[in-house]
Amino acid sequence: MATGVQKITQPQSNSQEKSTLPALVLLVGWLVPGAGHLLLGKWVRGLLLFASILGMYLIGLGLQGKIYTPNTGDILDILGFIGQLGMGLLYFIARWFGLGATSMVNTLSDYGTKFLIVGGLLNLISAVDAHSLANGRKAS
Amino acid sequence: MLSHFSAALLFALFCSVVFGITQRSQPKKMFHFGAYCFVLFIGGVILASWLMWAIKH
Repeated sequence: MATGVQKITQPQSNSQEKSTLPALVLLVGWLVPGAGHLLLGKWVRGLLLFASILGMYLIGLGLQGKIYTPNTGDILDILGFIGQLGMGLLYFIARWFGLGATSMVNTLSDYGTKFLIVGGLLNLISAVDAHSLANGRKAS
Repeated sequence: MLSHFSAALLFALFCSVVFGITQRSQPKKMFHFGAYCFVLFIGGVILASWLMWAIKH
């Protein structure tokens, strides 16, 4: 009888772990670029993703790219904000420390803004990829 | 300070790395797809540059 109870309870705890791990990996992968892959033990992929997205972020800031805010009312600003929010903690660091520009002043500044937006979108792709690895949708 | 072309090279490199890792599941295929994306990015930049030059002249 006792073994029967164990058989019933064990799969429940396993399914809880399976359902929470992908969500955790998605959240961590969004907050810190490549961290979702690191959490799954994919060290090389995680470090390459981290270096790539951090590179996009640093070049974007170096070129005086604009950091968008959500409350300007302009639809293009809102889209830019959503794209940059994809960088997770890196976006909030830029906001807290006043990094980047508040407006685009020249062509290179426009390039920098595109680096920041695309960096955020790439981070979202990598976080979703880590989620797919965690829930088994992607093979390896 | 980065030139326009070096900025485009770095943009292509970083995007290709992420595309390669996320869009393929085997390391060898990741490398091939990343290299393919990089060539398309840079080929597109060079092609667009020559097109703009041809339009101007």
